[in-house]
Amino acid sequence: MGAFPMSEHSTYIPGNGVEKWIDERLPIIRFSKEHLMDFPTPKNLNYWWTFGGILAIMLVVQIVTGVILAMHYTPNIAMAFNSVEHIRRDVNGGRIIQATHAVGASMFFAAVYVHIFRGMYFGSYKAPREILWLLGVLIFVLMMATAFMGYVLPWGQMSFWAATVITNIFAAIPIVGNPILELLRGGFAVGNPTLNRFFSLHYLLPFVIAAVVILHIWALHVPGNNNPVGVEVKSDRDTLPFHPYYTMKDLYGIVLFAIPFAWFVFFIPDILGHPDNYIMANSQVTPAHIVPEWYFLPFYAILRAIDFNILFIDSKLGGVIFFAGSIVILFFLPWLDNSKTRSGTFRPMFKWFYWLFVLNFVGLTYLGSAPAEGIYVVLAKICTAYYFIHFLIILPVLSRIETSRPLPTSISESVLGKAH
Amino acid sequence: MATQAEHQSTRRDFLFVATGAVGAVGVGAVVWPLINQMNPDASTLALASIEFSLVGIEVGQSVTILWRGLPVFVRNRTPKEIEEAKAVPLSELKDPATDEERTKEGHENWLIMIANCTHLGCIPVGESGEYDGWFCPCHGSVYDTAGRIRKGPAPKNLVLPPYEFISDTLIKIG
Amino acid sequence: MAGSSSMLKIKTILAAVTLSAICALPATAQEHETVHIEKQNWSFAGIFGTYDTNQLRRGFQVFREVCSSCHSANLIAFRTLAEEGGPHFSEGQVKALSAEYDIADPSADDGTRKGVASDFWPAPFVNEQEARDANGGALPPDFSVLAKARGVTDAFPWWVTNYFTGYAEGGPDYIHALMNSYEETPPEGVEIPEGKHYNAVFPGHAIGMAPPLADGIITYVAEEGQEPVPETVDQYSKDVSAYMMWLAEPGLVSRKETGFKVLLFLILFAGLMYATKRKIWSGIEH
Repeated sequence: MGAFPMSEHSTYIPGNGVEKWIDERLPIIRFSKEHLMDFPTPKNLNYWWTFGGILAIMLVVQIVTGVILAMHYTPNIAMAFNSVEHIRRDVNGGRIIQATHAVGASMFFAAVYVHIFRGMYFGSYKAPREILWLLGVLIFVLMMATAFMGYVLPWGQMSFWAATVITNIFAAIPIVGNPILELLRGGFAVGNPTLNRFFSLHYLLPFVIAAVVILHIWALHVPGNNNPVGVEVKSDRDTLPFHPYYTMKDLYGIVLFAIPFAWFVFFIPDILGHPDNYIMANSQVTPAHIVPEWYFLPFYAILRAIDFNILFIDSKLGGVIFFAGSIVILFFLPWLDNSKTRSGTFRPMFKWFYWLFVLNFVGLTYLGSAPAEGIYVVLAKICTAYYFIHFLIILPVLSRIETSRPLPTSISESVLGKAH
Repeated sequence: MATQAEHQSTRRDFLFVATGAVGAVGVGAVVWPLINQMNPDASTLALASIEFSLVGIEVGQSVTILWRGLPVFVRNRTPKEIEEAKAVPLSELKDPATDEERTKEGHENWLIMIANCTHLGCIPVGESGEYDGWFCPCHGSVYDTAGRIRKGPAPKNLVLPPYEFISDTLIKIG
Repeated sequence: MAGSSSMLKIKTILAAVTLSAICALPATAQEHETVHIEKQNWSFAGIFGTYDTNQLRRGFQVFREVCSSCHSANLIAFRTLAEEGGPHFSEGQVKALSAEYDIADPSADDGTRKGVASDFWPAPFVNEQEARDANGGALPPDFSVLAKARGVTDAFPWWVTNYFTGYAEGGPDYIHALMNSYEETPPEGVEIPEGKHYNAVFPGHAIGMAPPLADGIITYVAEEGQEPVPETVDQYSKDVSAYMMWLAEPGLVSRKETGFKVLLFLILFAGLMYATKRKIWSGIEH
């Protein structure tokens, strides 16, 4: 039980001859009905679960506005900066479309962080959903690559120096580092070839993301959704058809999400960016404080925290290893946390450590933006260490020593147990 | 009991219809700007109408200027050319138009036309062809001294852009 | 009007909160110095902010008579000076204004021709090198987006309030402060190199630009029915900062107007969606 093979719950009966004809050749209506309309979904999903739908919409928003911006943008170092201003000034509705795309990147990451942390709290990465989680981490990595390359395109000072600093990360790799660096940049420094290839890849990657999203949803629809109590679906009484219950709930979540989104786009479109990016790229002057976009800050703090040599590994390579490790470790989460209980709600100790981890992550975000001096350097080291300790020590140990609270026998029982 | 249920279901229907309608308005309001952004932008529209000074173009001279990305012939015609154009009976023309219709009153020496052949868009060569007007080297269309099609595959006279004389020596095209 | 006065109130409260907090947090000050920049009351701040047309026209006058002799504004077409929501000059005024400038045009007989509305504001120097040579090695930055390339950094955690008040006037605040922070004699212990000037808010304090404004150097002609405006550095710099904000963000007024409608729509729609969602879920235990 629990697992739903992909066509078992089909209730589709072709309504007329044409539908029957289509159904025998390409059962797309049947497929849509099964997976978009009738899909049995646990009845107890809370609003944190609407972020999946929000993310799907955000991907569409970014692709649509991005395709439009590409109609007016020029990927050439002499013209890129001015062409973005041209979009803001002259193109019909250009300021709003450009602001939507730029703010949209931040909103996309905000939503993805909520989505990831939701999965972490409710144990959505545990068996049989490991592949679902792996695909999700892969999407996150692709998003970071896409966002980074997109940030370079306006060719402001922050664009240029972000490109320089981040591509330099690869130079830390022993022996092949420098050849890789030149390969990425298409030159000895960031220049026109770099901008051109970043534009090309920034256009390509969202479609790769879309493809992985389809796999992600496929992997979701094999075992079905996890849910806040973390007990698998046992009978029809535990579920509701996706439509209209969750279509409406998700749409409501999307509209709510659009409110802060619109606030940023229309009233403070530049607050999430940096003033220096309104200065055209200049390879001879580095801005006084270079900071990445906020959504990279936790990982940037980890990159900077390693300022000492570790045995034969120098500090630069060490930083890169920890930086990469902080993301790679997410792939191993399903095997680091062995607790049989999925939902954090029923894990009295995990709950505390979870929130400590969130706090630590927020701390890393702040430290990533703080100047690398004084107390901040020490704090960054502590937070970086804790980040890894959480995954490598706390989670494995917890799953051995923790006693979970008793679980409800089914979703419907847990629902009825709630005082309404 | 029945009326209450009915009452509730009308309220329910009203709510659904209202939500759907507002949602549709929202979708429309989002979709239109996404299409409208493809229309000519402000910098393009700023060039939609240009002023051009005729000073320095002697009788028998022509210049080609750019308007909305299209080449435009501005020709100061000789009295002989005007005479020739006026002498042609309308019945001989493929796309009948009088010389008066091809020029502005009081400025009939000035012939201002979009320089693309009405056949497939090549630029005809001036002061050539058997009618002393323009000859299109691509497919052999021949125009007379008023830019009217006389021979060849082109169906229409050379197109006149919208223009007006601001003064005797200044025109505004577009 | 009610909107702007309530905005004012909110700002006063926030300012009071910020101030008391700053007083309460004495020496958590960070190693690097933070310069205090006084925030101004801009007409274009807040949800209902719009540019003051008269102020933009005065600012344009300051720009034209003073700044533009060294600073370019390459992305500004003359035509935009006629746009609604901006200085809103008449088409005729813009046409006459643009005709006063010679525009380089390789297709013209002697390489230049009279400007037209679709032309861009001509730069005072042919290239960067010439601009540097004329300004003691310093490059006067282009004005097109300068008001967005400068900002005010509020200390943690006070910048968080900016997200809720919609503070986006850091650029003009900085420019205004810069214009009013020149000092003839630098404070003791500060060495200013030859050819540089002391400015309290400029990063590093040694600025290449000599104080460009002085009381009375520009004559404002008040149109009929208008209050005369003081001819002071403070006023000039407010006007030119507002003008520079318009240069950087010419569509601000229509953006905010649209934004207000969008927010109202979304709130209404969210309410309807909530009601619909509840109706659909009614009777289901979840």
